[in-house]
Amino acid sequence: MDRKTDMTEAATLSIAIVGSGGSGAVTTGKILLEGIARHGLYALMSRSSGPQIRGGESAVMLRIGQSSVDALDDDFDILLALDWLNVERFSDEIPVTEESLILHDPDKGDLPAVYAQMTHRHVARPLEQLAKSIENGRANMVGLGLLANLIGLPLAVVNAAAHDILKHKGEVVLQATLSCIETGYAQTPDETLVLPLSAPEAITERWNISGNEASGFGALQGGVRFVAAYPITPASEILEWLAPNLEQTGGSLLQAEDELASINMIIGASFGGVPSLTATSGPGLSLMMEGLGLAVASETPVVVANVMRGGPSTGIPTKSEQSDLNLALYGFHGDAPHIVLSALSIRDCAFTTQWAVKLTETLQAVAIVLTDQSLGQARAVIAPPRQPALEGKRKLAGDTDHYQRYALSDDAVSPMAIPGNAHCIYTADGLEHNEQGTPSAMATDHQQQLDKRRQKLTQFEYGDDWAEVTGDGEICLITWGSATGATREAAQRLSQAGLPTKTLAVRLLAPFSTERFKQVTAHAKQILVVEQNHGGQFFEYLNAQRVLPGHAHSLAQPGPLPLRPNVIYNRVMQGL
Amino acid sequence: MHGPPPEQLLKAKDYKSDVKPIWCAGCGHFAVLSAITKALAHLSLPPEQVALVSGIGCSSRLPAYTHVYGFHGIHGRALPIATGLKVARPDLTVLVTGGDGDGFSIGGNHFMHACRRNLDLTYIVMDNEVYGMTKGQASPTTDPGWEQSRLTPHGTGLPSFNPAAIALAAGAGFIARGFSGDPTSLTDLLIQGIQYPGFSFIHVLSPCVTYHPEQKAWKKTVHEQSQSTTADPVVAAQRIQQSDRMATGLIFKAISQVQQQQHPSKNISLEQISRQFVTHT
Ligand SMILES: Cc1ncc(C[n+]2csc(CCOP(=O)(O)OP(=O)(O)O)c2C)c(N)n1
Ligand code: SF4
Repeated sequence: MDRKTDMTEAATLSIAIVGSGGSGAVTTGKILLEGIARHGLYALMSRSSGPQIRGGESAVMLRIGQSSVDALDDDFDILLALDWLNVERFSDEIPVTEESLILHDPDKGDLPAVYAQMTHRHVARPLEQLAKSIENGRANMVGLGLLANLIGLPLAVVNAAAHDILKHKGEVVLQATLSCIETGYAQTPDETLVLPLSAPEAITERWNISGNEASGFGALQGGVRFVAAYPITPASEILEWLAPNLEQTGGSLLQAEDELASINMIIGASFGGVPSLTATSGPGLSLMMEGLGLAVASETPVVVANVMRGGPSTGIPTKSEQSDLNLALYGFHGDAPHIVLSALSIRDCAFTTQWAVKLTETLQAVAIVLTDQSLGQARAVIAPPRQPALEGKRKLAGDTDHYQRYALSDDAVSPMAIPGNAHCIYTADGLEHNEQGTPSAMATDHQQQLDKRRQKLTQFEYGDDWAEVTGDGEICLITWGSATGATREAAQRLSQAGLPTKTLAVRLLAPFSTERFKQVTAHAKQILVVEQNHGGQFFEYLNAQRVLPGHAHSLAQPGPLPLRPNVIYNRVMQGL
Repeated sequence: MHGPPPEQLLKAKDYKSDVKPIWCAGCGHFAVLSAITKALAHLSLPPEQVALVSGIGCSSRLPAYTHVYGFHGIHGRALPIATGLKVARPDLTVLVTGGDGDGFSIGGNHFMHACRRNLDLTYIVMDNEVYGMTKGQASPTTDPGWEQSRLTPHGTGLPSFNPAAIALAAGAGFIARGFSGDPTSLTDLLIQGIQYPGFSFIHVLSPCVTYHPEQKAWKKTVHEQSQSTTADPVVAAQRIQQSDRMATGLIFKAISQVQQQQHPSKNISLEQISRQFVTHT
């Protein structure tokens, strides 16, 4: 219990809320998350739902901390069950220990065996009965009040959060909600069960945002003003967020007939001078590959935000996996140098997407930004996102007399003419071409243009944002994307256990920063490469770059279960 | 970034580039190229305000032979490229060219949806009922009994695709048929198509003298449509179905024209947008 009552750096509190369709587990989680943010703490909230399209049972998983929370914990401290319908579907995702506390409504049936055997710490309250005493009352809000009291979240804060989340529902619903919360709050549980939160000392600005919203915001901030896309889980929220917000900034979004169309639409818009992006997931990225090759060959800047899900094929659409790395790196035909980036956290979705737009504009290149369901569809309370320093403007053609669209130059980036420029009219082409842009099958033209397209990416100075290095020690955990949160936490625990451990989380996956990578890993005695897929795609990629020593190991765990810190910790403890 | 002074009238040759076409002598596509440049000259459109987008095929080579902004893309995807360009840059006049394979086979889905979306694009399909570029295979408009391709030695046996009927059903507001052998009428149709403020589909019979030499006889079989243009889709559907697909002219022109999708240019700052995420502590 100590690690919870006294909230040190590492101390966090994990809460799961489950319930059948319509029980309001998700709304409960949203209000709690907003309350946590207002209280000045950080949190991560992910959701899991059954196979039903709408309704059906769902579970919300929150982890609260005094500093930014980027991974779920190994198990849950509190489980609030609004009812037990189909709870076995979630039991794998919601592990508990003998110390876990279960809040439930005795009128909704007995505790399922999985939980009853595990812990004796239960709080039973007639949530639905209590809700019925209030007009329009709902059991989930009574449960929320009970939970808030238990964790020491002030009533006024919960009420303000409820007001914020439910204001669109009208006064009647709001008043009933507040009464329910108050009733639940009055159900003071046994003193010994209380798990108080404490507020941080200085409360700075906090954002409550999902990874997909952060990607959308990063795109806007990078300058994207045209988006075309075809809906797909778990990427659609990027588009749903962008549609109204793009309009606010004078941009536009088009729902395409398929991904073959969406990738080509953004190529057309970018050719017209407007920074453009599409968002998709694995199946859509597969369809986009030919178009992306066209963007590479014609040197038209575009960004694809790819939110990964379980694959191959339709796979597991609603669950996370980092298994599109090979496709993003190697999916193109021909030699097609391009940029591949990964966002390291929900907050980083904004930074990385913005950086991607700026890089593609600067380099007239293609970038694929890899995030995944665990980042995209989760929400977090974060510090405002960081912004890249790069200016990120396209090099434009002026009024040159003998304009050559694909002219060779030192930085290999040739000025681009935008329609409207009367002096530099040209035809962009996916056929190999000479400097002028005229189709050519000559060996020298092919060699020169291949070199140009590679050099502009490899010669560029990407700066310190290529990766993030945390901690220090002779053990080095190397990771990318969403696996960063759990990996860093494992490294912290290892360091605390007397095994100083460093984490290297790579943001710029391609082009690969070989020299920098070697510097960071030079003194590592033990190396473990951590990722959430079955094939160890990143491990193999690093081996192809010849940057790993022979003793390096791979920890590759596929979805759908989240990668938990203890899996990584135990692997190192067991001597890899 | 300035066009020619208004009094300086542009000639068709001002819209031609000095890149030499790779087309076979006698290919119908030459006359289409020439008609396009004439139509642009007639409308005196500043070359820098015009974009010509294409896919892949002999016909799709056309943009490089013109002196306007061009995009020679990938097989079947000319319409999406043009769609993105037009939405992002509504100030441009955007033309799309390609072949029957490009537009009706690999790009068939985009054809339907472009008709439906009804953006102000002019889509010119050079139909030679064959894949010229890949040396003579059957296309969706090929006659079912055509046995000249080694790929389909017994013919396709499939009814050929009727582009005008599909365009009408999918919602195109302007549907015309032209013939490369009659460049004057074709130029006139192109002018009207470019002027039409919605999606205009111009189906051009353009012989492939190499893989379909018998199309040289089109000179004799192509004829002007007997009735005048209709604005009634039911009448148009009937005429399209009854015609021998050799009748040229403006078949259908809808009265209701969809406006170009355009948002009032708002300028809300990103700082303002970011406030939706800020929590009140
Ligand atoms: C994805 C893809 N598949 C196949 C091809 C090969 N290909 C090039 S052009 C073409 C057909 C061209 O026929 P059409 O569009 O009718 O134009 P034409 O050459 O007759 O003018 C094909 C199949 C390709 N370039 N890309
Ligand atoms: S193959 Fe046919 S379509 Fe292609 S250039 Fe020759 S004649 Fe024209």
